Amino acid sequence: MTTTDTEPIADEPIGNRQHGTGTRATRLLGVATIITMGWLVAFGLGFSPADRDQDEAVRILYVHVPTIWLAYLAFVVTAIGSGLYLFTKKHSLGFDRAAGASAEIGVVFMAVTLAVGMMWGRITWGVFWQWDARLTTTALLFVSYIGYLAVRNLGGSHEQRAKRSAVVGLLIVLEIPLVHFSVRMWRSLHQEASVLDTDGDIDMDGLMLFSLFVGVVAFTLLYVWLLLHRTRALAMQDMLDDRGLDVALAARRAEGVAR
Amino acid sequence: MTPTARWRIARLVAAKDLRIEWRSRVLINQVLPFAGVTMIMFAFALDASDVLERVAPGLIWLATLFSLLVLVQRAFAVEADDGALDALRVAGVDPIAIFWGKSLALAAQLAVLEVVLVISAVLLYGADVPVGGVVLLVTTLVAATAGLACVGTLYGGLTAGFSGRETLLPLLILPVVAPVLIGATRAVESALGTGGVALSEGWPWIGLLAVFAVAFGVGGALAFGPLIEESN
Repeated sequence: MTTTDTEPIADEPIGNRQHGTGTRATRLLGVATIITMGWLVAFGLGFSPADRDQDEAVRILYVHVPTIWLAYLAFVVTAIGSGLYLFTKKHSLGFDRAAGASAEIGVVFMAVTLAVGMMWGRITWGVFWQWDARLTTTALLFVSYIGYLAVRNLGGSHEQRAKRSAVVGLLIVLEIPLVHFSVRMWRSLHQEASVLDTDGDIDMDGLMLFSLFVGVVAFTLLYVWLLLHRTRALAMQDMLDDRGLDVALAARRAEGVAR
Repeated sequence: MTPTARWRIARLVAAKDLRIEWRSRVLINQVLPFAGVTMIMFAFALDASDVLERVAPGLIWLATLFSLLVLVQRAFAVEADDGALDALRVAGVDPIAIFWGKSLALAAQLAVLEVVLVISAVLLYGADVPVGGVVLLVTTLVAATAGLACVGTLYGGLTAGFSGRETLLPLLILPVVAPVLIGATRAVESALGTGGVALSEGWPWIGLLAVFAVAFGVGGALAFGPLIEESN
C-alpha cells in the first residue's frame, strides 16, 4: 500500500485533559455525604429510641426506607433519561449514560433494601419473605433492571446501545403497573406505609422521624454523588472505546506505510 | 400505510414463518416434546398425584413460558442467521407489519402448544375439564397467547443478532410475563374448578390478560421499528 494521507494520531490531545471524574463540586458533595452518613449512624444507632413493638429492629428502617425511595427515584430518572434520548431530536448520548448510571445505582440501592428488609422481616414477621404485593413487585422490578443493565452490555455501537436500552427502560415503566396490579389481585399483606399514607398526618415518634429524615438526606446525597461520578465514568469509557478504534486504525495504516 | 395493506403484509410474514416452521418441524419434533418432558419432570418434583391435580393449571403455564423462550429464540434465529430481517427492512417492509406478522405466527405455535399441554395435564395429572368451563378456558388461552406472543416478538427483536441473546432472553421475558402467569393460572384454575374455585372468579383475570395483551401489542408495535432498524 502506498497511501500517504496517514496522520500522526499518537500524541494528539483527547478532548479535555481531565484526570478522574471528580470536580470541586463533587468533592464538596462527597464530604457532605460522609458527614450526613455519620449523622445517620449517630441518630439511627444512638439517639433514636427503640420501638415499642419492633424494638431495636426499627433501626433497620432508617436504611430500608431511604434506599427504596432512592431506588424508585433512580428508576424514574432512568425512564426520563430514556425518554429524553429517544424523543429529542439530537439523541444525545449524555441522556443515555445518565439513564444507565442511574439504573446501576438503583439496582444497588434496591439490593440493599431487599437485604435489610429480609432481616427486618425475619425479626418482626418471623420469616425472611412474605408473598405480598409490594415485596413481589419490588423483586420483579429488581430482576427487570438487572435485565436492563444486561441489555446495555449487549455490544454494538453506542447509538445501538442507547436506543435498545432506552426502549427497555420505557417498557419496564409499562411493566410496573401491570405487575403491581396483578400481584395485588393475587394477594396483599405488607404493612401500610406510615409516612406516605393518604390521611396526611405522620404516625411516628419525633426523633425516629428525624432519623429517617437524616437517612433520606444522606442517601439522596450519596445517590447524586454516585450518579455524577458514574455518568462521567461512562462518558470516559465511551470515549476510550472510540479512541481505541481510532488508535487501532492508525496502527494498521502505519503498518501499511512502513511496508 | 392503510390498515388493510398492513394486515395483508402481516399475514404474509406470518405465513412465511409458519411455512418455515412446517418445513423444519422444529415445533413438532423439538418444542412439543420438550414441553412434554417438562410436564413429566414436574410430576417427579411434586410426586403426590393430588398435589399435581391441584397445581396443574400453574404447571401448564410454566411449561408454556419455558417453551415460549425456546420458540422466540427460534423465531429470530431464523431471521438473524442469513440477515433475513435486514433483507425485509431493505425491501421496505413496514416494521409494524413485521411485528404483527411474527406475533401472529408465534401465537399460532403457542396455541398448538397450549392445547397439547392442557391435554397432557388431563392425561397425566388427572385434571378434568368441565363442560361449563370450556368457554372460560378458551378465552383464557386466546387472551394469554396474544400477550405472550407480543412480548416474545418484542424482546426477540430486541436481542436478535446479538451473541448473548440465548442467556439474556429468559432474564428479560420472565419478569415481564409474570402478570400472564398469575392471571392465566387463576383463570384456568376456575375454568377447571381446581380446588373448588368458582367459575365466576375466573373472568376478572381475563380483564388483566386483555389489558396486558393490548399494552404490549401497542407498545411493541411502536417500539419494534426503531429496534430492528439498527440491529445488525
